[in-house]
Amino acid sequence: MSETEEVIKEFLVESCEGLDRIDADLIALEDDTAPGPRIANIFRTIHTIKGTSGFLAFPGVEAIAHAGENLLSRLRDGALLPNPEIIAALLAMADVLRGLLSNIETSGHEGNAEHEALLALLSRLANGEATASAAGDPAENLAQPAERRADFIELSAGVPEDPETVKEPLEEGRSPTLTDATIRVQVGLLDKLMNLVGELVLARNQILQFAAANDDATLLGATQRLNLLTTELQEGIMKTRMQPIGSIWNKFPRVVRELARACKKEVILEMVGKDTDLDRSIIEAIKDPLTHIVRNSIDHGIEKPAHRVEVGKRREGTLRLHAFHEGGKVNIEISDDGGGIDPVRVRAKAIERGVITAERAVRMSDRELINLIFLPGFSTAEAVSNVSGRGVGMDVVRTNIERIGGTVDLQSVPGAGATVRIKIPLTLAIIPALIVTAAGERYAIPQVSLVELVRLDGSESRGGIETIHGTSLLRLRGNLLPLVYLGELLGDGPHSGDQTEINVVVLQSDERRFGLVVDGIIDTEEIVVKPLGKELKRVTAFAGATIMGDGRVALILDVLGIAQSANVISESRDRALKTGTQIAQATEDHAEALLLFRTTDGRRMAIPLGMVARLEEISSEAIERAGTEEVVQYRGDILPLVRLSSALGGAADQDTKNGALQVIVYSQGGQRIGLVVGEILDIGEEAVRTREVRRGAAPVAIVQGRVTEFLDVGTLLASLKLNSVTMSTGEIN
Amino acid sequence: MPTQFCTFYVGDLLFGIDVKMVQEVMRYQEMTRVPLSSPMIRGLINLRGQLVTAVDMRRRLGLPPLSTDRLPMNVIIRREEDAVSVLVDEIGDVIDVGAEAFERPPETLMGAARELIRSVCKLEGALLLVLDAQQITAFDAVNAA
Repeated sequence: MSETEEVIKEFLVESCEGLDRIDADLIALEDDTAPGPRIANIFRTIHTIKGTSGFLAFPGVEAIAHAGENLLSRLRDGALLPNPEIIAALLAMADVLRGLLSNIETSGHEGNAEHEALLALLSRLANGEATASAAGDPAENLAQPAERRADFIELSAGVPEDPETVKEPLEEGRSPTLTDATIRVQVGLLDKLMNLVGELVLARNQILQFAAANDDATLLGATQRLNLLTTELQEGIMKTRMQPIGSIWNKFPRVVRELARACKKEVILEMVGKDTDLDRSIIEAIKDPLTHIVRNSIDHGIEKPAHRVEVGKRREGTLRLHAFHEGGKVNIEISDDGGGIDPVRVRAKAIERGVITAERAVRMSDRELINLIFLPGFSTAEAVSNVSGRGVGMDVVRTNIERIGGTVDLQSVPGAGATVRIKIPLTLAIIPALIVTAAGERYAIPQVSLVELVRLDGSESRGGIETIHGTSLLRLRGNLLPLVYLGELLGDGPHSGDQTEINVVVLQSDERRFGLVVDGIIDTEEIVVKPLGKELKRVTAFAGATIMGDGRVALILDVLGIAQSANVISESRDRALKTGTQIAQATEDHAEALLLFRTTDGRRMAIPLGMVARLEEISSEAIERAGTEEVVQYRGDILPLVRLSSALGGAADQDTKNGALQVIVYSQGGQRIGLVVGEILDIGEEAVRTREVRRGAAPVAIVQGRVTEFLDVGTLLASLKLNSVTMSTGEIN
Repeated sequence: MPTQFCTFYVGDLLFGIDVKMVQEVMRYQEMTRVPLSSPMIRGLINLRGQLVTAVDMRRRLGLPPLSTDRLPMNVIIRREEDAVSVLVDEIGDVIDVGAEAFERPPETLMGAARELIRSVCKLEGALLLVLDAQQITAFDAVNAA
């Protein structure tokens, strides 16, 4: 079926349904004391029919709908009151429309019948003129079915507003063709069926367990059948909620065409895998993100025709949408053969906008760099066009996709094009989850956020976790992982420090990792997600609840919510992500995890936590000398030490009596250096606005309510002329 | 036409809810605690696959908790989209009340009860406090204050 035919088919089905509703509404109008909403409904339906028929070039339908709309708008504005005459005329209009639609359905044409009389009547009524015909039904002579309807009004007078009864007499006139092949079902009903099937699956699981423990062959046979039927039923119900992705792709040819014209570009759209099915709720959720990516590709990605020819490409750019199932997930790729994304430009922009620091940018791979465009406040468009360039886009795209448990990744070959790859789950109703225990209850953690499980036994459980100012940190393969104690977060009192084993669930949320310490890990399970009641909606730590095999309820953790309530992710950054309204603000302020410390002479300073490899306590006896430099042996390597306060021109260090130095092991580009500081204060993540107090001096900002200097280690090291000979080149493990 | 009320006791107060709002009445059910939620919420109940939030009526009214040897009962109230369970001490009868027996709650009634009670019915030997079912779960603002 061609696309136009599909559109027409949809128009016919929708219009016929609309007309049926209009009939019922018109009849109900007779005794309605407050007809406003009904008239508005009828008006809307007719307006839609008019609009679509105009678009699809059915002038007959359009003209009649237009006349009807005029009359209805007078009714809606209260200029006219519905009377039997008007209602009869509108019913006649509905019948004529139905006739035209049926002609279109059978032959593809409206037919040649003239409807002058009806048009005239409708416009007369709209002008407030009553027709002269005394006591008679003015619509009587216009359309044969109207008479039947007039009778029907009488008949149905005693049957109040039951759409089923109202519909029945209409049915006989219509040929049982196209509209009968599909029925519209309330989504609520499908959801309910889905829930029931979820319950059935749980009940089946219980019976299967029970049967396995029994030796009864009959029972076993019966449960086998129950098992098969349940699985089939579950698949069937899932399918009813599925829609092909083509249903949202269908609008893209037009979007692409218009956009390409607006941008003066030539674009060919290819769509592969239109039949890929997705859950209805997911289709809804990805609609806007997809449109945004497509717009971006055309606006930023594909070059102007002249430029394309110049670099030896075809005049027309190609935009390719590709959807396919893989590993229980749906993959959608949006690729273009345009200019790609230049990591150098992204880096420059990111630094300029303060999205990342220059130091951090140096260490990032090209792929990491181009994925920066998903951060709030980022847009590389040189000029803001009405299409894109406002920097409120890709971050919203990512948030929306992650909200439904999906991931977005961007790949680009400069000069050859870019590909955005979206992976989303098939359905939101049933998800794989890890079941853990904390504070005596079970909790489910969606598997999509799970990175790994770490178990610390014995001495590891005591020594492996360090505390800075009340914040627990785990050293995991050389990186510092902030820990959140789930029991404590959920109000179960502070954790005891002396567990024999500690289970850490490493989670990722919004590009940030943290470890969730739980009491026990049970298993992974497919769970049926149920929404929480409205009085629990404001508890952001939970995304919903599920019913476990034993019938008890278990709450599903909202990983983003947990991270926020534990301050692993700063709220200010997240607000920008969600609303996109604070972008201007966010470009000036940037949130970053910071390590706060005090120098031996009392200056409060901060460096990005990402640069910190480890925190060490080193005995002053371990310090050896290499020329004028102080060094220590560290992990089989030589670590140069920098006495920070004297290096910054302050007072020279007084070695503390117990002889232990607080050392921040700083790493950059595979090189390590030990910064000797007075005291480690805290780690925090905040939106920070730095400013220079004095030229050449370290920029300062307010962190946690206090003025803090930002240490630029790169500049410091350069000024100390600490070169790579003395700097350790050992790899960070 | 008399209205039918499903009645129950909380402390020494007799409450009633329009029987049409009540989906069912159940014995105590095991429930799952919801940390970080309002103290008025006791937990979540699995009602044949439906998730039901249980609201502690004693806490809602600011009464001391039920003695530990007694378990509360569930009155499941139907809502537009879902259902909510009200935990009460004891279930009473379903009674018919004529329109003439209704009176507005006394102006001097204060506290949490004030916003919950829609009217008072004079029964023989007792007063029936008619609850506004919508208000039972409308405690977010109360709690935040």
